[in-house]
Amino acid sequence: MSGLIGLAWASLKNRRATVLLTVMTLGLSVLLLLGIERVRHEARDAFLRSVAGTDLIVGARAHPVQLLLYSVFRLGEPTANLQWDTYEKLKALPPVAWTVPISLGDSHRGYRVVGTTGEYFERMGFGDQRGLAFRDGRAFEALHDAVIGADVADTLGYAPGAEIVLAHGTARVATQQHDDQPFTVVGVLARTGTAIDQGVFVSLEAIEAIHLNWRGGMPIGRARVDVASIPPERLQPKSITAVFVGLESRTATFQVQRVVNEYRAEPLTAILPGVALTQLWALMGGVERALLAAAGAAVLAALMVLLTTILATLNERRREMALLRAVGAGPRHVFGLLLAEAALLTGAGLALGVVLLEGALWLLGPWLEARFGVFLSPGLPTVREAVVLGFIWAGGILLGLVPAAVAYLRSLQDGVAVDR
Amino acid sequence: MTEVLRIDGLRFAWPRSAWALAVPALALDAGERVFLHGPSGTGKSTLLNLIAGTLLPQAGTVRVAGEDVAKRSGPARDRLRADHLGIVFQQFNLLPFLSMVDNVTLPCRFSARRRERALQRFGSLDAAARHYLAALGLGDAAQAKRRVIELSVGQQQRVAAARALIGGPSLVLCDEPTSALDTRNRDQFIELLFAECAAAGTALLFVSHDLSLAPRFPRQQALGELAQAEATRADDASTGAAA
Repeated sequence: MSGLIGLAWASLKNRRATVLLTVMTLGLSVLLLLGIERVRHEARDAFLRSVAGTDLIVGARAHPVQLLLYSVFRLGEPTANLQWDTYEKLKALPPVAWTVPISLGDSHRGYRVVGTTGEYFERMGFGDQRGLAFRDGRAFEALHDAVIGADVADTLGYAPGAEIVLAHGTARVATQQHDDQPFTVVGVLARTGTAIDQGVFVSLEAIEAIHLNWRGGMPIGRARVDVASIPPERLQPKSITAVFVGLESRTATFQVQRVVNEYRAEPLTAILPGVALTQLWALMGGVERALLAAAGAAVLAALMVLLTTILATLNERRREMALLRAVGAGPRHVFGLLLAEAALLTGAGLALGVVLLEGALWLLGPWLEARFGVFLSPGLPTVREAVVLGFIWAGGILLGLVPAAVAYLRSLQDGVAVDR
Repeated sequence: MTEVLRIDGLRFAWPRSAWALAVPALALDAGERVFLHGPSGTGKSTLLNLIAGTLLPQAGTVRVAGEDVAKRSGPARDRLRADHLGIVFQQFNLLPFLSMVDNVTLPCRFSARRRERALQRFGSLDAAARHYLAALGLGDAAQAKRRVIELSVGQQQRVAAARALIGGPSLVLCDEPTSALDTRNRDQFIELLFAECAAAGTALLFVSHDLSLAPRFPRQQALGELAQAEATRADDASTGAAA
């Protein structure tokens, strides 16, 4: 049979133009399938990385996915706030090791402003890394200091020393500016590949300060606030949006979650970030499956093209088959020859798909990481991908049975001479 | 002398076809050269397929190298053909995707017997192929590298002859091998073919419509005489039955 593979190879090489097109069709569809599969996988990893280290997230009562989306990914709007008093009680629970409160609602040129404490930079992180590194500058200290994420710095061209004005609300085009209290950028965070890169971070007190004399989203009167003369107690936050909670021991997770969910003074929700992520994936599962199905259909179509290519050559290759029979080949050899051709074509298509994928990752990996925080590095196919590739190969060989059977029957009929 | 081919009382008709091929007797001894005269339409291709074992007669026997073709299994018939027959067609004899040498050694991929014999005599298949190519006037090393589709028709026929001869089969079957050649090429081809068949002790059955070639052969037969093609058209038969 090894002789047949040599013959099939030589025959394919002789028809390299059509063969290359067929292999490329299959290669591109395989690239699509593997690409989607890998992005999907890596996106999950990236999302998981951005909640790693946080045991619970507590916010006003909401759907866990919604709470997760606005607190971690800064997507959507919080439903309600929780009282500072509640936060203090939560913080005092024995199993709680640390808490990082956040206050959302303002923005700067489309980037969300996060009011928080200095602990944010020590507790948040991504993957195994705890704490956020500063690319430039330092954490906020003065009331009107701001720290910005790497994307904000790069896109808007800010460096420490830049003066920025926060806008009320999160609409892209903000009508109400907190222009009476400009902030100074004092630090730029190193890139994390998470939503942190798109944040503008100020202290909770700063959030209070810019909203003094505001009611219901509007400034009251025209009196400018004299920042220096604000008594400290007026800067004490009265409510926050959500709290990231770290526990002394993970075993206490469900206990604390229950305490929070059953809190009487106001309706609260505590989520396990990993569990909420799983729920989010369940919601997005349909989209993922649709994408995979489309890519699968593309692979199937490519295999059909391959089948057509082989079938189309059969007529013009009748003499070739008759000649092979004349030198002693049996119909089974003709069958094997065409099967070997299908196997080689499919195999080449799969190899091309993998090479294209790795090439694309090599070229686009850094950009994808910077832009979407998805870490896609070139590497050998995973076991899962290898299994998928194996199935496609088997499918190609299975389809190859069709031209092989046609040629088998025809060579039985034609024998050594075709010119009837 | 051993017989390399013996046909007795052979009859073959295609289903729903106008005529039947009948060959009462045809025999070739080892090393014998026979000219078989067959104008087109006398069933040359059918006879070729019957001898090659890719068609089975409805009556009679075909023996190749003493073996009754019809009594052997399909794979065994393929092996018999691979071991004992070399075939040269009128045209399109070569696989365009193989080199000259690879075309010549093609039978050795399917016949262990011919591969062994070629190796025994020449040491390697490559050397065997080059020997036959050289003997047929294609010894030029530069030519051996050429793509076979770049060869002239005459050269292609000689490559086909080399392929038929490699590994010393018992019988070389030629189906109009010279009809695509001009007179000079034709004569040269036949001379070389005769010489190589004689050197290897291979019998030659040369089927052609070109009677001017017949005198070169020690023995001639006409397929028309052998094959009493029965022109009993199906519709004739039905009118006959009605009458």
